[in-house]
Amino acid sequence: MAILKVLVVDDEPGIRSGTKRILENFKVDYPFMDEQFNYEVLESASGEDAITLINQQSPDIVLLDNKLPGIQGIDVLEYIKKNRYDIFVVMITSYASLEVAVKATRNGAFDFIPKPFTPQELRSSIENITKQIFLKRMAKKLNKAGKEIRFQFLSVLSHELKAPLNAIDGYLTMIKEKQFGNNIDNYQHIVDRALERVSGMRYLILDLLDFTKIENGTPSQNIQEVDIVKIAEISIDTIRPYAIQRDIDVYLNSRSPVIMKADPSEIEIILNNLISNAVKYNKDKGRVDIYIKKENGKYLIQVDDTGIGMTKTDIQQLFQDFFRVKNEYTKNITGSGLGLSIVKKIVDMYNGKIEVTSTPGQGSSFKIYFPE
Amino acid sequence: MKNQKTILIADDDIDYLYQIKLKVEQLGFNVITAESQAEAEKILQNIKPDLAIFDLMMETEDSGFILTYKFKKQYPDIPVIILTAVTAETGISFGNEISNENKWIKADVFLDKSLQTEKLQREINKLLKI
Repeated sequence: MAILKVLVVDDEPGIRSGTKRILENFKVDYPFMDEQFNYEVLESASGEDAITLINQQSPDIVLLDNKLPGIQGIDVLEYIKKNRYDIFVVMITSYASLEVAVKATRNGAFDFIPKPFTPQELRSSIENITKQIFLKRMAKKLNKAGKEIRFQFLSVLSHELKAPLNAIDGYLTMIKEKQFGNNIDNYQHIVDRALERVSGMRYLILDLLDFTKIENGTPSQNIQEVDIVKIAEISIDTIRPYAIQRDIDVYLNSRSPVIMKADPSEIEIILNNLISNAVKYNKDKGRVDIYIKKENGKYLIQVDDTGIGMTKTDIQQLFQDFFRVKNEYTKNITGSGLGLSIVKKIVDMYNGKIEVTSTPGQGSSFKIYFPE
Repeated sequence: MKNQKTILIADDDIDYLYQIKLKVEQLGFNVITAESQAEAEKILQNIKPDLAIFDLMMETEDSGFILTYKFKKQYPDIPVIILTAVTAETGISFGNEISNENKWIKADVFLDKSLQTEKLQREINKLLKI
């Protein structure tokens, strides 16, 4: 439950007590709000007193009569605007000339209620303002959360970009200082490592491009009928040279076309990531099985491997940006930590679902379901 | 060499670990390496080094802090250097000014990862009172 403070500024005691009575047991809640709003009513009989109360109590809403004994309502409004108070002001007045009305609107009055008003008129104005306040607070919250996530992402990203640079820098300095003497053969290992880090950085940049494209939230531009099996064949061809080196067999267990409406480049990103992971995190002489089918009105993409597997804790974090499983088996495997987070984002865009099962030392299975 | 001091270095970047191990060995120290917080903790069950150098981000973003905390509980007198690449990237500095956080992060020195050997040597010698 949230309480909004309403300050009613009027020199007529009847208006003040009437307002209090009307709002005291009034509550606003909408299905989309997770809280209910109630009201606490504060009273001022003059503009001067109102300003003191505004400073002390910072009300959320001010109901303001223009014709007051001392300074006018319009002056109080100007004061609120000048001091940048985040207050919704409703002018309650019977004598509002056009001039005053225009000035009040320009100074940010949110609404006008003619005097005398019915309880219903007051309630509907307050209800309207409450909705505005709620949305404003939500927007603020989301904005803040968004900024924090962005900062987090950027700081991890810069760490990920800097790490390979530091490593390469270090190796080059060792060569420059001839740490291992004049024989170039002594530097074989560190040159290989430096090249490995360069290639890792290249992968990271490619993944980042995919990532920003999806992160942009640009809805899939190029929806068409795609044959998932055909795209899988292309993905397998790309990874095959590496699979052969490590004696890993990659089987596509579905041959007939499976047609889905999708953006082909997005399906390709998914298959590339799943299949290349299944090979990268496999054991030598291992095996990868890919199944693509349509069953029970859903599309299924399944990639199984006989690789190193993952623990439950690993699986929980698997789809976070930059997360990488770290253990003795994975330390020499290059990866950006973005692949599966990209996959997850695409699957979400299609209202799909990912299921992961895994046994450490035995292998993993990734299943992606897309609705028809 | 007798009385050779032992330094434990933990970093999950195998290249950086390799390079810093080489640097520190060239300064005349005996080096033990760990590639993760977990591995470092395992090593510490059996070995008491004379100084420890921990990377900040390993398994998690604050592995280095947690490792330091546990390490200091076990060996309160052994100095710890935390290596971080974070300062330059985020503008977050771990100087003495954020004393509240430093109360439980008991590292003796924070150093930037792109450090020079001379600077590292100076800090190690200072902490080991050589």
